[in-house]
Amino acid sequence: MRRIISVLMENEPGALSRVVGLFSQRGYNIESLTVAPTEDATLSRLTLTTIGDDHKIEQITKNLNKLIDVVKLVDLTEGSHIERELLLVKVRATGAQRDEVKRSVDIFRGQIVDVTSNMYTVQVSGTSEKLDAFLQALGEHTIMEVVRSGVSGIARGEKILSI
Amino acid sequence: MELLSGGDMLVRALQDEGVELIFGYPGGSALHIYDAIFRQKGIKHLLVRHEQGATHSADGYARATGKTGVVLVTSGPGATNAITGIATAYMDSIPMVVISGQVPSDKIGEDAFQETDMVGCSRPIVKHSFLVKKAEEIPEVVKKAFYIASTGRPGPVVIDIPKDVTNPVDRYPYAYPEKLRMRSYTPAGKGHTGQIRKAVALLLSAKRPVIYAGGGVVQGDGSELLTELAQRLNFPVTNTLMGLGAYPGTDKRFLGMLGMHGTFEANTAMHHADVILAVGARFDDRVTNTPNKFCPGAKVIHIDVDPASISKTITADVPIVGTVQSVLKEMLEMLKASKEMPDQSAIVDWWRQIDDWRERHGLYTAPRYRTDGDMLMPQEVISAVHQITNGDAYVTSDVGQHQMFAAQYYLFDKPRRWINSGGLGTMGFGLPAALGVKAAHPDAEVVCVTGEGSIQMCIQELSTATQYNLPVKILCLNNQALGMVKQWQEMQYEGRLSNSVYEESLPDFIKLAEAYGHLGMKIEHRDELHGKLAEAFAIKDRTVFIDVYVDPSEHVYPMQVMPNGSMRDMWLSKTERT
Ligand SMILES: Cc1cc2nc3c(=O)[nH]c(=O)nc-3n(C[C@H](O)[C@H](O)[C@H](O)COP(=O)(O)OP(=O)(O)OC[C@H]3O[C@@H](n4cnc5c(N)ncnc54)[C@H](O)[C@@H]3O)c2cc1C
Ligand SMILES: Cc1ncc(C[n+]2csc(CCOP(=O)(O)OP(=O)(O)O)c2C)c(N)n1
Ligand SMILES: [Mg+2]
Repeated sequence: MRRIISVLMENEPGALSRVVGLFSQRGYNIESLTVAPTEDATLSRLTLTTIGDDHKIEQITKNLNKLIDVVKLVDLTEGSHIERELLLVKVRATGAQRDEVKRSVDIFRGQIVDVTSNMYTVQVSGTSEKLDAFLQALGEHTIMEVVRSGVSGIARGEKILSI
Repeated sequence: MELLSGGDMLVRALQDEGVELIFGYPGGSALHIYDAIFRQKGIKHLLVRHEQGATHSADGYARATGKTGVVLVTSGPGATNAITGIATAYMDSIPMVVISGQVPSDKIGEDAFQETDMVGCSRPIVKHSFLVKKAEEIPEVVKKAFYIASTGRPGPVVIDIPKDVTNPVDRYPYAYPEKLRMRSYTPAGKGHTGQIRKAVALLLSAKRPVIYAGGGVVQGDGSELLTELAQRLNFPVTNTLMGLGAYPGTDKRFLGMLGMHGTFEANTAMHHADVILAVGARFDDRVTNTPNKFCPGAKVIHIDVDPASISKTITADVPIVGTVQSVLKEMLEMLKASKEMPDQSAIVDWWRQIDDWRERHGLYTAPRYRTDGDMLMPQEVISAVHQITNGDAYVTSDVGQHQMFAAQYYLFDKPRRWINSGGLGTMGFGLPAALGVKAAHPDAEVVCVTGEGSIQMCIQELSTATQYNLPVKILCLNNQALGMVKQWQEMQYEGRLSNSVYEESLPDFIKLAEAYGHLGMKIEHRDELHGKLAEAFAIKDRTVFIDVYVDPSEHVYPMQVMPNGSMRDMWLSKTERT
């Protein structure tokens, strides 16, 4: 099953490489990874998505917790949560294509953030599934370049991950 | 406040941490630190002959004392030479702090002379690491390093220090922190009382119990409590390779080691057990054999300080995260308070069954090796050493058949006496580890059981033994082959001995030992074994290299059947299978 694990860790050099290293060392896979400092400059928040059965996920969270830099973590997929990913895509758009692309962008509530006479740069955010669907709607032959931010997430309701 | 340079600060912090001994080797990036060592008293530094030796010596010191071993090396090759020893300590959960010099901060990343990314190289084999950026950080980093290395599940910690940080010119106020607060590291302490209660109920309901104790009991100083528990309940105990000595080896409740080369009675009892109490053991693949065939009828209680060890390969029915000391103490208190005891007639039947297994194939009820041949058998050599040392020596070992024979036939009654590389299986460990033990316990008898293969991997440390007058006995079970490899080739590769023999290229170990200033002794025949060993062990002030020629055709048995075997599937000899 796909899981979103959110980690609060010391904002120290080397901390990120320890997390990434753990995954390759123990043969766990990382589907996506995002990391940035938090409102407390001494902490970073790292969100990663991974795939595994319950046993594997348990080992992943236990081993992450063992890392000295990791302060706290939560498996967001255990409860209801909001997940978002940002997509930037350059799309070939000439002639009749221009309107068609624009319609798709509207349907997916995206924005065109840059234009030339031949292309649009489009920004869409949402769940990874939604972004997949948008890319599919555009069709392979119109896509020139894709950048995805990786998943970020936060629990719904009053639950918070903090120290 | 006192003003100190980075180098002096480091040495002072080590003193304030209570460090007595450092094992190390100097070089460019570490020279400021070495100068600081020269200008102090209090900490003794032992110059090894190879950085791998330094790590193994510090490791042996740590295993024998329970204190954290300390290593100091230079950058680049000094640091990479230490890697094998760090990995060895990591796999066996040994507390160690490794300080490595690094190129100056402004050169890092420039492929500078003797630059390697030590934090990166060592990352998968350390519990944690630090790259020190400013001299002012040194006291706190040292404090944290020792705290992390020695608490929870112990392990090695690297402190990498760029040369400019230790320079003698710049001075800073020094104070060693008294307390530490680490919001991201809180090692487990007491176990969950509800879980312990469940475990106690399960133990009381057991009809065919086995206590499976590992290295965590030795390292966590839980032997006395474990022994009390086993004796109170009259339960059989088996130890892992790392756990030998956690329960007295000569006690009647001891079944011997379990696992790949475990005894018939230990492995068979495990297979038939209804309740297994695993204490400070990690269900290693050398123990469980095929996991889905492991102990089919058993409920498993697992006590471990590291939650990641629990239900990793074998699912625990009653997981308990906590230190062996605190959990066993609480268990005993509950048992005493409840006054209940397990079903005595069931336990008596269980013992009857176990005694029958012992009679049939046990290692300690009759010799299970040939005694009619001309050649000395490795097993009888170990037994003779056990006898001569009253079972009270510190025995370090290298890796191979000799290691297994030592584990099987030197019955350890006390913890911290058996010092070997189990998890990584590092040939070359034995001699430097023995020197570390001897440095910690100068009056103790220290024996390194080795093979003619392994000893050549750190033989240079014979010179360290000379320099610091660390007289140990080196017992080389010389079978003129990489015996353990050869055994596998004979069993699984139709006897094709690919690169496991040396073709007359072995050195004369007697002369070699003498060249380093030690004594050498050769033993070839049964009738000279006891006499010569007695002679060797009577010598207390010299290192003695005892080269014992043993039957090269001997294999280690029992040996679990692999792959796809269960715990009880074993070869008992070259021809006999369970
Ligand atoms: C040639 C060769 C053959 C081998 N054959 C065998 C064999 O036949 N049988 C065998 O058993 N091994 C054998 N081994 C060794 C094997 O590879 C493992 O090293 C060993 O089985 C692990 O022992 P352990 O389970 O006691 O764990 P250790 O590696 O000693 O780990 C200790 C466990 O205890 C925990 N712990 C540490 N401190 C505490 C504390 N204070 N409180 C609570 N928990 C704590 C740790 O978290 C860890 O999980 C062999 C090795 C070699 C090289
Ligand atoms: C550094 C290292 N390299 C290779 C091995 C694989 N290995 C395990 S046992 C063994 C043979 C050891 O030979 P020896 O020291 O003579 O011991 P014996 O088995 O003959 O008693 C080898 C090569 C190892 N454990 N460690
Ligand atoms: Mg050999």
